[in-house]
Amino acid sequence: MEFAFTEEQQMIAETAQAFFRDNATSERVRRAMAADGIDRELWAAFCRELGLSGIGLPEETGGSGLGMVELAIIAEAAGAQVAALPMLGSLVQAAQAIAAGGTQEQRAALLPDLISGEAIAGYFYDGALKVEGDRLTGGAHYVTHGASASLFIVTDNRGMWVVRADDPGVTVTAQTSMDQTRPFARVTLADAQGEALADPAAALAAAHRAAFIAVAAESLGGAQACLDRTVAYSQERVQFGRPIGSFQAYKHRLADMMIEIEQARSVVYWAACAVDEQSDEADLAIHAAKSFAADTYFRCAGDMIQLHGGIGFTWEHDAHLFFKRARSLQSMLGSGNWHRERIATMILGEAA
Amino acid sequence: MKLGFSAEDELFRQECADWLNGQMAGEFKDIKGITKLTGSPERRKEWEQQLAAHRWSCIGWPSQWGGRDATLAQQVIFAEEYARAGVPGRINHIGIELAGPTILAFGTEEQKRQFLPGIAAGTTIFCQGFSEPNAGSDLASVRTRGRLENGEWVVNGQKIWTSLAHISDWIFVVTRTEEGSQGPKGLTFLMMPLDQPGIEVRGIRQINGDSEFNETFFTDARCPADSLIGAVGQGWGIAMGLLAFERGVSTLGQQMGFRNELDDIIAAAKANGAANDPLIRQRLAKAEIGLRLMRYGALRMLSQTDHKKIDGAALTYKIQWASWRRNLGELAMDVLGQAGEVSDHAEYEWDTLPNLFLFSRADTIYGGTNQIQRNLIAERGLGLPREPRYVPKG
Ligand SMILES: Cc1cc2nc3c(=O)[nH]c(=O)nc-3n(C[C@H](O)[C@H](O)[C@H](O)COP(=O)(O)OP(=O)(O)OC[C@H]3O[C@@H](n4cnc5c(N)ncnc54)[C@H](O)[C@@H]3O)c2cc1C
Repeated sequence: MEFAFTEEQQMIAETAQAFFRDNATSERVRRAMAADGIDRELWAAFCRELGLSGIGLPEETGGSGLGMVELAIIAEAAGAQVAALPMLGSLVQAAQAIAAGGTQEQRAALLPDLISGEAIAGYFYDGALKVEGDRLTGGAHYVTHGASASLFIVTDNRGMWVVRADDPGVTVTAQTSMDQTRPFARVTLADAQGEALADPAAALAAAHRAAFIAVAAESLGGAQACLDRTVAYSQERVQFGRPIGSFQAYKHRLADMMIEIEQARSVVYWAACAVDEQSDEADLAIHAAKSFAADTYFRCAGDMIQLHGGIGFTWEHDAHLFFKRARSLQSMLGSGNWHRERIATMILGEAA
Repeated sequence: MKLGFSAEDELFRQECADWLNGQMAGEFKDIKGITKLTGSPERRKEWEQQLAAHRWSCIGWPSQWGGRDATLAQQVIFAEEYARAGVPGRINHIGIELAGPTILAFGTEEQKRQFLPGIAAGTTIFCQGFSEPNAGSDLASVRTRGRLENGEWVVNGQKIWTSLAHISDWIFVVTRTEEGSQGPKGLTFLMMPLDQPGIEVRGIRQINGDSEFNETFFTDARCPADSLIGAVGQGWGIAMGLLAFERGVSTLGQQMGFRNELDDIIAAAKANGAANDPLIRQRLAKAEIGLRLMRYGALRMLSQTDHKKIDGAALTYKIQWASWRRNLGELAMDVLGQAGEVSDHAEYEWDTLPNLFLFSRADTIYGGTNQIQRNLIAERGLGLPREPRYVPKG
C-alpha cells in the first residue's frame, strides 16, 4: 500500500502540468471557443509531440499501456486550464470502447488515427435506438465535440456501433453551447450504417469507467485551479485597507474549498487505482468519484466568481470558463444524484 | 500508487482478526460493543493490559518500548480489524496516541524509561490538561501557574474539559512558569500524578447525560523538578507537537469505528423503511462516500513521505471527519424518526445512535473547533494572513 505517486507518475504529472500551463493559455482557449471548441495546434502537440494521447490504451494499438491513474493525471492537468480538446469523447470514451470491445481488425483500423489525433470520434448513448441489421435510426442531443467528429461510437447500452460521420444517414448540427470549450452537437441517424463492436459489454464497461474517472479528474484539476487563482487574487486585492484574504469569512470559504478539493483528490485517485487494481471497490469508487468531484468543482467555481466580486462576472475574466465547464461536467454522464442512487443501491444490498 | 495490501499484510490482517475476535468471544465478551465513552472503565483497563500482554497495545511504537515497529499499512489494518471486531475504544487513547509519541519525540531517555513501559502496559492511564476556563481555542493564554520550589514544581490553577481525568493516573499540563509572560512564551509542559492532595477532579455532566470530562483543580499540586518535557519555557512547542499527533494519525482507530455506526444506520433504515426515501438514500450514499474518503485521505496522509511539504490531506483531516460524523448523527436521527428521541433506559442514557447524535456535537469542538481548523487551513495551507489579535484600548 502506497497511496502516493510513483516517480514515473510524478514525472508525467509535471510534464502534463507544464504542457497545459504553457500552451493552453486563456487566449488560446478563447480562440478555440470562438471556433469549434478545439485548439488544433494544442491537439496536435498533445497527441504527437507529447505522446500523451495513448495513455490508458494498449501498446499494440499505438497506446502507451499505462492505466487509469496516468489517465487521471493527464485529465487533471488539462482540466486545470479548461483546455479546449476533444479528449473526453475521442480518446476516453470512443478509444477505450474500441480498445476493450473491438476486434483485432477494428482496433487496428480505428485506434491509431484516434491516438495520433488525425481522427476525432464522438460518443453517444441513445436508449431508444432502432436497430435493423446494420442500420441505425436515432440520435442524441448532447454529443461533445460532435460537430468536429469524423466518426461516432453509438450505444443503446446493449450493442455498440461505429458510424461514419459522412454516412448519408448522419446529420450533425452544432449547438450553441454554454461551455464553448466543449460544445455539444445534435446527431441524427436515419438508417445510417453501423459496424458493430464485437464485445459491447466490455466496451461499455471500459468507456464508463474511463469517462467517470476522466471527468472526475478534470473536475479536480479545475477545482484546484479555482482555489489557486482565488487565493492569489485575495492577496492582491485590498479593501478596507487590508487584503481581502485577511477577512475571516473569506478565509473560511477558501478553507472550505480546500477541504472539498482534498477529498476530491482522494476520490479520483482511489477510483483510478481501484480500476487499475481490479479491486471489488471499483464500481462504488467510480460513482463516488464522478459525483463528488464534479460537485466539488461546481461549488469551487461558483465561489471563485463570488470571491472575485464584479471582475469575476466579466467575460474577460476566466472565472466563467471554469464555472461553465463545471456545470457541464456535473450534468453529463449522470447527475450526482443518479450516481449516489447507484451507491445507495449497492450499500443497501438491493438488486440493481 | 498502489492501494492493495500485500499478501504479507493480509496475513497480518488475519492474525489481528483472529486474536481480536477470539478475545471478544471469550474472556472479554462482556465489553464487546460498548460505545459509551465512560462504560465499564475497570474492565477496559484490564483490556488495555490484555492488549499489552499480547503486544497489541501500541503496535506503532518501537519494539524497544513494547511496540512492534508496525508499518503504516499494519496500523491501518489493526485499526480496521479492531473496529470490525466490535472492540470498544481505547480507554488509554491519550496515553498511547498522545503522551507516548510526545515522550518518544521530545522526552529524555530517563523519561522514556519512566513512562513508556507503564503506558504500553496499560497501567499508566493519561489525560490531557490543556484547556482552561479562559483558554480554549486561545490555548496560549493559559494561566495555571507553575513554580520551582525546593526541587519540585508547585502548580496552582484550573484545567477544564479534562476527558477521563476521573479514571486516569497521570495528567500532562501546560503551565505558565515565567511570571508575567504572555502568549506562547513562558509555558512549560509538565507530567503530574493525579493521585495527590493538591489535585481535585470534579465531573461535568455532558449533553448526553454522561460525565466523560471534568474540571481539574490544582492547589499547590506537586511533581519532581525533572517532570517537564522539553525545556522550561518551551512548553508551547511541545503542546503543538502533541496537537499534531492529535489531529493526525492518532484518530485512525476512532475513524475505523465510524464504519460500524454507518452500518447501524443502514440496518435501521432497512428495518424501518427509511431506506425507501430517496432523500435518505442520497444522504446514506453521501455518508458512504465520505467514510471512504476519510479512509483514503488517511492513507494519502500516511503515505506522504515528503514531510517538508505541508500535506493538504493532513491539514484537512480533522475538520473532515468531525463534520462528517456530526452529519452522520443527524442522519441517524432522521432515519430513526421520533423513536430516536426516547430511550428504553430509566436513566437519562442513550443507545448508540441517539448517543452518536448527541456526542458528535463535540467532535467539531475538541481538538480545535471547526472554525480554528479553517483558520489553520487558510493560514498554513493557503498562506493567507494570520488572524489579527485584539488589543483592548486604554
Ligand atoms: C467532549 C470534549 C472533550 C474535551 N477533552 C479535552 C481534554 O481532554 N483536554 C483538554 O485540554 N481539553 C479538552 N476539551 C476542550 C476543547 O479542546 C475546547 O473546548 C476547545 O479547544 C474550544 O475551546 P472553548 O471550549 O474554550 O471554546 P472557545 O475557544 O471559547 O470557542 C467558542 C466559539 O468561538 C469560536 N472561536 C474561538 N476563537 C475563534 C477564532 N479565532 N476564529 C473564529 N472563531 C473562533 C469557536 O470556534 C467556538 O465556536 C474537550 C472538549 C470537549 C467538548
